[in-house]
Amino acid sequence: MRRQIPILITTIAGLVFAISYFIPHDPFGESESIFGDWITIVQAFAVWLGALNLLKISFEKISNKTADWPYAAIIVVSLMGTLAIGFYDGYSGMAQDPQVSFRDPGTNFDWLYRFIYTPLSATMFSMLAFFVASASYRAFRARNVQATLLLIAGFFVMGGRVPLFDMMISPITDFPVFSWFADWIMTYPNTAGQRAIMIGIALGIMSSSLRIILGIERSHIGGGSG
Amino acid sequence: MRLSSPNLTHNCLKIALFTLSLLLISLNVSTAQDAETAVDTAAAPEQAADSVNIAPLPASNIKAIDLPNDNGGAVFISWELSPDDDGNGKVSGYLVQRSESKDGPFETAGKAVRGATKFTDNKTNDDKIYFYKVEAYLEYLDAAGEKVRITSAATVTGPVQSSAQWFNMNRLYVLLFLLFVAGAIMFYIEKAKKGDEIYIRKIAGIDAVDEAVGRATEMGKKIFYIPGIQDMNDVQTIASIAILGRVAQMAAEYDTWLEVPVSKSMVLVTAREAMKEAYTKVGRPDALQDSQVHYLTDDQFGYAAAIDGMIVREKPATIFYMGAFFAESLILAETGNSVGAIQIAGTAMPAQLPFFVAACDYTLIGEELFAASAYLSREPRQLGSLKGQDMGKGLFILCIIVGVILATLNIWDMSVIFVSR
Repeated sequence: MRRQIPILITTIAGLVFAISYFIPHDPFGESESIFGDWITIVQAFAVWLGALNLLKISFEKISNKTADWPYAAIIVVSLMGTLAIGFYDGYSGMAQDPQVSFRDPGTNFDWLYRFIYTPLSATMFSMLAFFVASASYRAFRARNVQATLLLIAGFFVMGGRVPLFDMMISPITDFPVFSWFADWIMTYPNTAGQRAIMIGIALGIMSSSLRIILGIERSHIGGGSG
Repeated sequence: MRLSSPNLTHNCLKIALFTLSLLLISLNVSTAQDAETAVDTAAAPEQAADSVNIAPLPASNIKAIDLPNDNGGAVFISWELSPDDDGNGKVSGYLVQRSESKDGPFETAGKAVRGATKFTDNKTNDDKIYFYKVEAYLEYLDAAGEKVRITSAATVTGPVQSSAQWFNMNRLYVLLFLLFVAGAIMFYIEKAKKGDEIYIRKIAGIDAVDEAVGRATEMGKKIFYIPGIQDMNDVQTIASIAILGRVAQMAAEYDTWLEVPVSKSMVLVTAREAMKEAYTKVGRPDALQDSQVHYLTDDQFGYAAAIDGMIVREKPATIFYMGAFFAESLILAETGNSVGAIQIAGTAMPAQLPFFVAACDYTLIGEELFAASAYLSREPRQLGSLKGQDMGKGLFILCIIVGVILATLNIWDMSVIFVSR
């Protein structure tokens, strides 16, 4: 029963979703939004599972004094601190006229968001620029025919995206060779490749979904295969 | 050269005179402009007055039908343009009026801009019948600056009643294709069940899973498994958890530490169940520890930062990235590459694939992610489903070839088959 019930729920939900794509009439027409609401509700409750798990693992690291326990301590302090400040702002905001939410501009919580969270996120995102450079360096090394083709395509696409390259060849020809070739690569070979991948993905999703709906694939519910 | 004092005075005087003349010129210009504006303003009521008595000619051939292929509650109204709607400003738009009785009273259901020939009224009740009329209208400001609207005559059309349909005919061809692929998958699953040999091409990335787990075992280091940043309602995450089950079995057999940091609470629970099942299957349920699957954060870059930290500190021998990834894909993969880990990635996010290809040792591209679990299981029924999927791919290839030929012959009518709304 422990496996049969989840499989039954999966099968029913999967079939209802598939049918609702073709049948707009109620109850099928509304099923997508109903299931969407359920997912949101379940996810909202599940947040606590994650938060408690994070605290449990972190406290274990601190009490066992594992190698990276200071990081665990920072996590606990940050989590509890943010929570406390949010609660404090929310509580004190209720007493004000008009009432102020903890997320409104000017609150302590807002300060944490703007001056700690946002710069930290931006820092992580900014690192992408350096990683793109190091990954490109490796990817564009002309080790074989494919890598050489990639290098040539990359050269023209990057060259075609800035006016400098077309300007450099302007004494020879007025025709914008770089931007034309970059557009050609992006419009034809790139689009064709992307579409081939997308078609494969769509078929893969269909096949996977069918395996799950039929109960052949059960790994995701801890049941192994068929 | 240094300016002497008399010269300086002379120059200052010149500058002052020049500035004064500029001021005078600009004053003249602005005065002239003001005068022109005044003339325009005076002319405006005249122009408006010209059009005051001219109501636009009505729209014709007005039709109201139940909106097809919907969930009810909508009526589709179409008409032919008013002869005055020729872009010369005699028509500002169309008013769609609705009533439950042919004689009215009518209320405005909505407006359509000039040049429009259709309108969907999304606020109907399926239990009631409605009558519609479409009035072309002209709007202008009168001399007092008040908005004035004059409308054309209009004929009433109806009755019409909205209703929900039991099948969306726009998606008929999708259904036919779905039935073909599903039929092919079922056919090959049945064939596999009977014991027929199913040939599946080798997928290097999946074959390397054994090697990757073995390497971690030999080095006595950890394996990290990153299941993406989407929740369990994403099919990529489901596929990822299915692969995790297979990887966990190998890790349990080799007694290698497999760590799964997740970014969603529901993935935490599911991944833990999949791991428990895998460890039980190889007879080592006691080897699994709670801390192997742990939650980090829902935040995209917070998650990336936490995993980067773990990779740099713990230097795992093997890292799997399987699931849905966004901008964090390259941040994670490059960090893994920098510590010399063998990396296997798989995603169905086309924009992230080049990053994984550049930074990882093996990459499962798109459909391979979904095939991986079946491929690793070597179970005939699962392999049969992959074969059926290939039949769908064959149909797509055939359609593309036919489409190219038809497009070359300038025949476009068949393209409607591939349009789904």
